[in-house]
Order: sequence, then C-alpha cells, then structure tokens
Amino acid sequence: MSAETWQDVPLAPPDSIFQLTASYKADTFEKKVNLGVGAYRDDDNKPWVLPVVQKASELILKDTSLDHEYLPITGLASYTTAAAKLILGASSPAIQEQRTVSVQTISGTGANHLGALFLSRFYKWNGAPQVYLSKPTWANHHAIFKNVGIEPVDYPYYDPKTIGLDFDGFIGSLQNAPERSVFLLHACAHNPTGVDPTEEQWKGVADVMLAKKHYAFFDCAYQGFASGDLDKDAWAVRYFVDRGVALLVCQSFAKNAGLYGERVGALHVVPPSKEAAERVKSQLSVLQRSEISNPPTYGARVVSLILNDGILFEEWKADIRTMAGRIIAMRKELFRLLTEELHTPGNWEHIINQIGMFSFTGINAGQSKQLVEEAHVYLTGNGRISMAGLNTKNIRYFAESLDKVVRG
Amino acid sequence: MLATALSRRAAVGVNANALRSLSTWANVVAGPPDPILGVTEAFKADQDPRKINLGVGAYRDGNGKPYVLPSVKKAEEILTASKPDKEYLPITGLAEFTKRAALLAYGADSAPLKDGAISITQSISGTGALRIGGEFLARHYPHSKAIYLPVPSWGNHTPIFADSGLEVRGYRYFDKKTVGLDFEGLKADLRAAPEQSIVLLHACAHNPTGVDPTQAQWAEISDIVKERKLFPFFDMAYQGFASGDTARDAFALRHFVAEGHQVALAQSFAKNMGLYGERVGAFSLVTADPAEKARVDSQLKIVIRPMYSNPPVHGALIANTILGDKALYTQWEGEVKGMADRIISMREKLYNALTHDLKTPGEWGHIKSQIGMFSFTGLTPDHTKVLAQKAHVYMTSNGRISMAGLNDSNIDYFAESVNAAVKGNL
Repeated sequence: MSAETWQDVPLAPPDSIFQLTASYKADTFEKKVNLGVGAYRDDDNKPWVLPVVQKASELILKDTSLDHEYLPITGLASYTTAAAKLILGASSPAIQEQRTVSVQTISGTGANHLGALFLSRFYKWNGAPQVYLSKPTWANHHAIFKNVGIEPVDYPYYDPKTIGLDFDGFIGSLQNAPERSVFLLHACAHNPTGVDPTEEQWKGVADVMLAKKHYAFFDCAYQGFASGDLDKDAWAVRYFVDRGVALLVCQSFAKNAGLYGERVGALHVVPPSKEAAERVKSQLSVLQRSEISNPPTYGARVVSLILNDGILFEEWKADIRTMAGRIIAMRKELFRLLTEELHTPGNWEHIINQIGMFSFTGINAGQSKQLVEEAHVYLTGNGRISMAGLNTKNIRYFAESLDKVVRG
Repeated sequence: MLATALSRRAAVGVNANALRSLSTWANVVAGPPDPILGVTEAFKADQDPRKINLGVGAYRDGNGKPYVLPSVKKAEEILTASKPDKEYLPITGLAEFTKRAALLAYGADSAPLKDGAISITQSISGTGALRIGGEFLARHYPHSKAIYLPVPSWGNHTPIFADSGLEVRGYRYFDKKTVGLDFEGLKADLRAAPEQSIVLLHACAHNPTGVDPTQAQWAEISDIVKERKLFPFFDMAYQGFASGDTARDAFALRHFVAEGHQVALAQSFAKNMGLYGERVGAFSLVTADPAEKARVDSQLKIVIRPMYSNPPVHGALIANTILGDKALYTQWEGEVKGMADRIISMREKLYNALTHDLKTPGEWGHIKSQIGMFSFTGLTPDHTKVLAQKAHVYMTSNGRISMAGLNDSNIDYFAESVNAAVKGNL
C-alpha cells in the first residue's frame, strides 16, 4: 500500500478534438470561430435542443407511470424495434424475416465497440483479426478496434487531388483484400471528409463484397442529417441488406436527434436466419452484461416516444430538415463567398458536393495551423471543418480568413 | 417466407455466395441466460396472482411497487424546468457530480480528497465502474493480475473482471454452517494470497449474503491487507441503504483510506437514489498527489473513450442536483433511511414468522443479523426450484432473496411457502 502503486502510470496524450475545444474556450478573441467538434449549432452558435425532444422530455416528466427501473440487457424494446425499422426500413427482409438483432448501446461509440467486440469473439477470421477502415476515418474508429484486438488496415478513400472519392482505390482494396475481410463503411455523410459514394458506386462496392464474401460493418451516425431525408440517407444500408451482404449497422441518435450526451444508440446485426439471430442476441447480451449490465433509460424513452408517435415523428423530420437545411445553406453561402466575391484560388465545388456535418476543405496542416493561430478559427489539422460551426454572423469572417491562408 | 425473400433477393441479383454467408455465425453457440436477470423473466411469464419476485435487487415499496424517490422526482422537475442542453459530457463525466460523489463516499475529512489526489470518473453505474476499474488494473497495476473475490460474490463480478483481463480467484467469506461470516477462513485466505494481489471488498451490505464484517473485523482485515501489501478494491453499491446512514455505511472504505491504503472504489447510485436504469455511478482511485492523479485521469480516459466515449448526462444531473442542494440532500437522506428501515422491519417480521409462528426447522437468526437488500436464506437450489414451480416464489438458485420484494401483503405467504419447502411439503 505504499504511495508508489501508480507511479509508473504514464501521462496519456489528451484527445485532440477535446483539446481543440478547450483552446477555443480559453481564447478571448472576439471573432473566434469553433469549427472543431461535430455537434450542431444554431445560427446564434448555440446548442440546439430539438423542439420535438423538448416536447418529449416534458411528456416523460408528466407521465406518472414511468419509473427508473432497469431496462432489459438489450435495452428498451419499443426503442430498438423502432430504431431498426428506421434504418433498415419496415419492409426490409431483415425485419420481415425476424432476423435482425437489435441491442441498445451507449450511442454510436458503444455500438461500434459492441460490434467490434462481437466480431473479435465470434467472427470466422481469415487470418489475423483485421478491419479495413477508410483513409481517413473518424479517429476513434482506430482506437475502438485496436482496443478489442482487431488491427486496423487503411483502404483508399479520399483523393486529395480531386478532394473527392478515390473510387478505383476503394474498389481495388476490396478486390485485393483476403476473402471474408471486414470493411467499415460510413452509411452516409462520411466523417471527416463529407465525401459519399454515389448509388452507382455503392452498387459496385456491393458487387465486390459479395464476390469476396466480405463483411460490411456499417457506421450510421447521420441518418437524416446528411440530405435532410431519413430514407434517402439509409439507401446504402438497405441496398446492401437487399443484396444479401453480410452486415451489421451501428446507429447513433446523437446528431439527428441532438441527444449527444444522453448516449442513445443501437447495434443491429443482420444474420441470415432467425435462428442465428437468437444465438447472436444471446451472446451480445453476455458481452453487454459484463460491461454495463443494461443501457440508460432516459434517452431511449425520448427516441422511442418520437419514433412511435405519428405526430412527433413528423415534427422530428421537420427539425431534422431545419438542421440539414441550415448546413446546406451554409455550404452554398461559403461556396458563393469564395467563388463569386473573394475569387479564392482553387476549385471549391467540394464544399457544395460534400455532405453532412463535416467538410474537408482541402487545405493542408500548415494552413490549418495558420487559421487557428492567426485568425482564431479552430479546426482540426486535416483541414476538416464542422459546417455546423458556421452561421450568418461568422461565415464572412471565416471565408476571408480561409482566403488569406490559401493565398499565403 | 424464406422462399419469397430468396426469390426477391434473386430478383435484385443476389450472388450465390451471399447464401454461403449463412455460415458467418454458424459457430456462435447460444449464450446462457443471465442467472439474475433471468429470474425476472420467469416471474413475468408466470400468471399466478400470488407470485412474488425476490430475484433482482431493486427496491419495492410497501405495496410491492417500484419507488421513485420524491427527492429524485423533485430534482427531475427542477432539471426539466431549467431546460438543460444535451451536449456531450467530458469523457470522465459531469465534474460537479463526481466531485460530490467523492465527497459522499470518502467524507469531508478524507486526506487524499482534501489533497486533490483522488482520481474519479463518472461511470455506467456500478457495473461500469467495476469494468473501468478492472480494465485499468489489468493495464496499469504493476504487481499482479490476480483479483480475489469473496465466496460467494455478486455473480457478475466474475465475468466483469475476467473480461477485463484479470485472473479471478476466491477467498472464504460465507460460512454455510453458521450462515454468517467465516472470519477465520477469510483471514487465512488473505494471508495466503500472493503479496500485492488485488482483493475485492464489499463496502457494506454484502451481495448476495447480507453478511458484513463488524467494524472491529474490518480493522483486522485492514491490518492483514497492509501486511500482505494487497490492493483493496471496494465495491460500494449500497451506501446509505444498508444501515440507513451514509457515513456509517462508508466506515470500511474510510477506515482503509485513513490507514493509508491506496484504494479503488466502484460507487453506484442505482439503489440509494433509485436511479437503476439511468446508470449513475463513479469509479475512483486514491493516488499519491495531484500530479499522479492527472496521469491516472488521462489513462482512465484512454480506457473509456474506445468503449463508449462519454457517459449519459440525465441521471448524473439528477444525482448532482440532489447532492448539491442542502434541502434536497437532507430529504434524500431521509428517504434512504426510510427504505433501509422498511427492509429492517421486513427482516424482523420474517424472522418472527419462521421462528415463532411457523416454527420452521433450522436457525433463522441470520435473517435479522444480515444487512441490506439481500438475505442468504440458506435455502438450497432444489428448494428454490420447487418454490418457483409450486409456490410461484422467485429467487436466485443460491437461495438469495431480495428483502425489498417482501411487504405486509405477501410476507405471510412467503413464510408459509418457505416453511412448506423446508419441511418438504410443497
């Protein structure tokens, strides 16, 4: 019991995104702009609790029949069932044939972790456990898979020359990977690039995945948030289910319902049969039990209420369109300022072609640093900006600052 | 249905290889149902009106209903009216909450607390705290990978620690003969454990037995732990709930810290605030100084981030509201005492029914001397089976009952059923 027990514990590097936010908060510059963390902000740069969520919270508070009892290990059934329908579509063969296993998770991270953990224990690996991750991808993907003993391997995705998709590189990687490899696919609104495959390109990906018997690990954190349309954003996942690609889907309600801190997510595994689904469910439950026992009630109740009530569901869709709409408007305005007013050197089409919360501007690490240090514009070193951080009050300042660093 | 699905898939160009993916999960065997949570499933399926659920440890009021603490209800109203945003919490959770949680557990006089040397993170209730602790110890505790659990312990302790990468072993705890503490066995086993092993200690209201060491016995245990340089990991899921007094229930933890032990602590607010499903808890470590605390903090974040990024905010806000408001805090303390008192009165009643009214064979003093939510009745797995099947009385197969499931309306039926089971008359 001497005081030396923890003396060798090394200082771990701080999470880079959170550090960026901390620097922003400490900055006293009046015109500072935060384009770091991916949380939606309204036009006044304030967090936005969706009106439908506020309504649902009040209904929950008033409901005297509700208590704080434990949920089942796999979560609130009315929530997971509705969440599965939302991403897969009510008419999905996966749902009609009752072979979808749905587990409520601690938001998207929890779903990714549980999915990765399940694969690490039960997937029939072809060689050492590996997962193919897009280059680039959400930083936490690497940590999540490494944490359960699955080694990340990059697949080509982003082409810095076109500031678009390196489709040939992507397909090449699928073709060259050993059979039965696991590929992580962003269902829509790729993080961090905002570059999504077209429907034709998705079809090409599915063709190769079937030919090579690969497994699709879908991460869907922006359904509805990308285009403003829930069904449109779910197209790739649903197509892959229809084609019979073996897959699971990680789902998050952090962004599309603005429920970030309530940690509302789900993991949906789609095996080929109902019987397999029962066995998979039992094993997911065992894994969940030794980590969290059962998931948190509150956020799941809010989403369950919204998804299962016709009126609230329509209100939610409208709130989603508000958010997606404002972001699309900012993309259009930024594009206009750069191309029509400032005539900033370079091609800026990607600003309006990319989709979702993030945009890979195309500037390099040096230029990003300059933006932070000289203009007090906070963004990550890869040139990624969170569009949600832009608003009618700061967009001109940002465009001018960006113009300056591009011109050198 | 499968035929239509297959033909539909054929229509959209399904490769025959896709059907071979039928083999993807072929090797997944069915996992066992959870022994504790499975009891509630069986209870729910039972249609008999006399049925009693004494399985899972969730408090029930005198009418057998879940109890939302009035202080919790009040806190929720205050919270909702304040229209909080839903932004992400930091990885280690709501700072105000964890600060107050540490104060509640360690006490205002705690030296490491005053020195700023306690590293604490919000967790997914008690389970999450134990898991974070297990992962952290497996990675950073330099001296051993072995953790000693009392026999018996909460069933979920074993998979939590095994999955964290620790080697789970046992130390004698429960004496079947006396239906009490096997103190000599406990001391011998701790003395025999390799130096610097990790030892899990239930801070109060031992789950599943309800048998706690006395304060004098805790002092002896502390000495042995010191002697063998064992690492004490406290699991405190029932602070306030055991005796009705939060300071009293924290005695063992505080004694160890005062004696200079560097402990780990898993704290749950599931029972004492009735916040079960909101998953409110905290994991903490006593470190040497603020600089070491900062390093330990950074490594706790490394454990948490790839598992779930950051914890849920709602429950933490409720707990924080209560802990941070003098009037609510006092109200809460009273409600916790109320729950503890009702349980103590049920113990009295059950003891009297079995010993004096029914004269059930056996010694039932342990019902009264045990403490907290649970009681190890001494009933055998066969007894528990027949009680479920014939009397519709549900408990875990080790004979553990949740005292909170008993009330004035069902205690007589329960006592009679136990009496019949013991006599072999069911």
